[in-house]
Amino acid sequence: MRPDILAAGAATAIEGPLLFLRRTVNVGLNEAVEITSDGHAPRLGRVAALDDDAIVVEVLESTIGLALHDVRAHFMGEPLHMALGPGLLGRVFNGIGQPVDGGPPVAARKRLRIDAAAVNPARRALPRDFIETGISAIDLMNALVRGQKLPLFSGAGLPHDRIAIDAVQNARLRKKTDGEFAIVFVGIGISHDTAEAFRRAMQESGALAHTATFLNLASQPSTQRLLAPRFALTAAEYLAYEEGRHVLVVMTDMTNYCEALREVSASHGEIPSRKGYPGYMYSDLASIYERAGCIQGTQGTVTQLPILTMPADDISHPIPDLTGYITEGQVVLDRTLDHKGVYPPINVLPSLSRLMDQGIGKGFTESDHPALANQLFASYAKAARVRTLASVVGQEGLTDLDRRYLDFADRFERELINQAGPRTLDESFAIAWRLLRQLPPSELTRVSDAQIARHTGASNPVQSDA
Amino acid sequence: MSEAVISSIGGPVLRARATGPFHVGEAIAVGPARLPGEVIRLKGSELVAQVYEDTTGLRPGDPVHGSGRALSVSLGPSLLGRIFDGLLRPLDQPTDAVRGVEQTPRRIAFKPLSKVGEHRAGGSIVGALGEGRIGQLCLMPPGIGGLVESIVPEGSYPEDAVLCVIRTPLGDSLEIGFTQFWPVRQPRPVAERLPPNEPLVTGQRILDTLFPVARGGRAALPGGFGTGKTVLQETLAKWCDADVIVYVGCGERGNEMAEVLDELPQLSDPRTGRKLMERTVIIANTSNMAVAAREASIYTAVTVGEYFRDQGLHVALMADSTSRWAEALREVAGRLGELPGEAGYPAYLGSRLAEFYERAARVRTLAGGTGSLTIIGAISPAAGDFSEPVTSHTKRFVSTFWGLDRERAQARFYPAVHPLQSYSDAAARLASWWMAHGNAQWLADRERLLTILESQANLERMARIVGKDALPPAQQLTLICAELINEALLRQSAFSETDRYCSPARQTAMLRLVLRFIDAAERALARNVRPEAIAALPVLRRLKRMGEEIGEGLPERFDELHRLLDEDLARVEKEAEHAT
Repeated sequence: MRPDILAAGAATAIEGPLLFLRRTVNVGLNEAVEITSDGHAPRLGRVAALDDDAIVVEVLESTIGLALHDVRAHFMGEPLHMALGPGLLGRVFNGIGQPVDGGPPVAARKRLRIDAAAVNPARRALPRDFIETGISAIDLMNALVRGQKLPLFSGAGLPHDRIAIDAVQNARLRKKTDGEFAIVFVGIGISHDTAEAFRRAMQESGALAHTATFLNLASQPSTQRLLAPRFALTAAEYLAYEEGRHVLVVMTDMTNYCEALREVSASHGEIPSRKGYPGYMYSDLASIYERAGCIQGTQGTVTQLPILTMPADDISHPIPDLTGYITEGQVVLDRTLDHKGVYPPINVLPSLSRLMDQGIGKGFTESDHPALANQLFASYAKAARVRTLASVVGQEGLTDLDRRYLDFADRFERELINQAGPRTLDESFAIAWRLLRQLPPSELTRVSDAQIARHTGASNPVQSDA
Repeated sequence: MSEAVISSIGGPVLRARATGPFHVGEAIAVGPARLPGEVIRLKGSELVAQVYEDTTGLRPGDPVHGSGRALSVSLGPSLLGRIFDGLLRPLDQPTDAVRGVEQTPRRIAFKPLSKVGEHRAGGSIVGALGEGRIGQLCLMPPGIGGLVESIVPEGSYPEDAVLCVIRTPLGDSLEIGFTQFWPVRQPRPVAERLPPNEPLVTGQRILDTLFPVARGGRAALPGGFGTGKTVLQETLAKWCDADVIVYVGCGERGNEMAEVLDELPQLSDPRTGRKLMERTVIIANTSNMAVAAREASIYTAVTVGEYFRDQGLHVALMADSTSRWAEALREVAGRLGELPGEAGYPAYLGSRLAEFYERAARVRTLAGGTGSLTIIGAISPAAGDFSEPVTSHTKRFVSTFWGLDRERAQARFYPAVHPLQSYSDAAARLASWWMAHGNAQWLADRERLLTILESQANLERMARIVGKDALPPAQQLTLICAELINEALLRQSAFSETDRYCSPARQTAMLRLVLRFIDAAERALARNVRPEAIAALPVLRRLKRMGEEIGEGLPERFDELHRLLDEDLARVEKEAEHAT
């Protein structure tokens, strides 16, 4: 590490989060800066641009209270790093990686840059280990795999936090493998209540000792929302690749992250793309989500479970839209199901897990799992179309078969999606086959005759229908 | 070479004061780490350049080294079976070195096909490569010709060996090896462009039968997230009948690349029996890798494709996704302060897309053979809206359009290509190929399928007003037939070992069966058989599952279905007769 460099009395302008300094020192792009000003705590920043005469520092906190005459910039000679070591778990940090639980700093064994270098795709290992979350809509139809990034697309007021907590508490592997679990919880612009609810839930289940928490509360500077996930993921990578743990990272709420990104971009005077969000939002989000994965030759893995609230429940809004293009699927919550009292209110049709096919089926879960999931999707989609039809022409205009589909849709939501407590995958299988028995076997074109015979007891699918 | 000194830097864009001549598009090396970059603007002695890697740590005063040549890549036989970044730098080298694969220099078999004293024109054949490679040739670089001064005898040579020395008319001597440089933004020359008149057989029924793409054609594949773009691109990369596949992951997921790398070495080409990896070049600029190199990766890929095309091979290029490339253009344009056009994209987006797709062609090569480069570009339209700029511009330049549909994808009906939103204007030209390959009525069959699907959409709209029960029997039958077409022909699982690839012969057999059912059902209806009775026929389930149940090379099983179909319909006709 190079010696620190100090620039004092060089400030020429402050515009929003940008601090302009005369170039009195020789520093490089992206280096971390600590800004001090009389009577204020030090603020973090980074070198955003350089030219022959000036240094532009992006202050990662509020610039309120800074004055040109007494600003001192302390350059660290390297980009933002985080000191990591044993004893990360059980601790609480703020959005810039400083302990806020009253404990001592983490004993540093390693310092890692918070913007990790992109993983060489040739060095990635294919995520394959099925994680059982105990939630039928996920395990059966949108399976989560170790090393995946699978976001919850929610809406304001929907129980996404509870689902995340349920999933984290019940997550287990079907096969016994080496390596311990760890949880990294990142609160991005969340309320104190949400943070506290999560902490309490973790404490009650005894998981707090395996959890590292990074909190940027709603009251804290929005620019730090951009840093919180990066510090947290750096810690997650340390836990995974240095300590060999299987890390599940819960990030809530990524919408607040994107809002902060828009805010900062606007203050830089950048040309906005859709809805005022910067054109690089896709790449920026990718730099976070792509940090999930498995690396060849290392034992640990990083799995991400980000949560975002879709503004106005609109899945085509740039935040869920760009996220969906990066992540490996999405689990979409639905307000209508929530109103019906279905918990978890997961709408399986727009939900998707891209890695599901790698993690289920023969050798992973059960050989009939893929066909079963496929059949459920096809039947429920057809039932949804019948519902739309019925809402216009009424039940009278429907055929007998259509009425059976309507019944199937109701029972599917009430008996399979809705659940009071965690279910094993085998329990979910049993319910699913029971529901499919409600439909004539000739309708079940995604499963083979043998599968129908095995699970529904109908020996000849077409004859039994007649 | 010229030198310059950085005067300002922010993000991937820098300005520098030059002390010698630079040209626009020149490749440069930036800073002490010699990061790759490219000059994009010149003004007086100042140049503006984009850097293809993370610029952290660069500062004013750092040197910029010119190279004197445009951004170029080194093309050679060892590209196949490997993965590279957007500037064609190998990504698999370190792991190979660990395994000891790369420790001895690779040797490649070479057989001379020209003699000392012969004149060789630019792009003509110097020799052939051995090792059971897929007909690869060693060619003269385009644009340079001369007399063969010396050439090595048949044997195997290290990859960097000089194979042949050419004396040019100007008296220079030119060394020819296995590899050659080519600037990525410049299309490689050809002798003549030929009309595309044979299909790129993809093995996907909905594409080959309804919306074919010709060899040398251009296809676009737009779809919102989760509609199966990437799975379809990967399926095409695996099963289409090209000699060489160039797969470029442009701004997409790292795990997808890992998946391709994991799967391709395990799969064999159904036609040649070779491992699919042997015919594939992967170019990866994942979404978290440097943005500026994302812009270059598309050009790198198309240049690699042209290189193989020039050897008389049929090449298919899968670009996933061209939207990320367009966004990279937008991002760099934004940093340069250019005036934004629609949705923030630069105004030249359309012409850049046109240039890219125009590099697809079926050609007579300079070496005298016939080769083709087919481009299949995925598009990720914002909010799945096909009216956004990248999709609407692309539509102007492609001849085949495979629009992916969210509703089909939600029902896990894959490939989710929407039959009414997609088109292919290559169909008429490909009819003669199908005629020679077992289906003389292909064009008429295709139109019949599309007509039924079109009526299905209309009838479903009507049913929403009057109810399904109120539709007359003929229309109810149309709905039954349309569902059969969808389930039996158009749905095809990429994950099914039986059905992931469907040969033209099997496609024709399945098409025959479906049309025979439709004919027979219409006849039965005319003889007073009720549509419900037709819908309840056991053969329908067999037809809907035949893709899954009857694999390649089992024509007798299709014959059996023919018999079953005839029996079933004869039975209901008889029953209807009794009833009346």
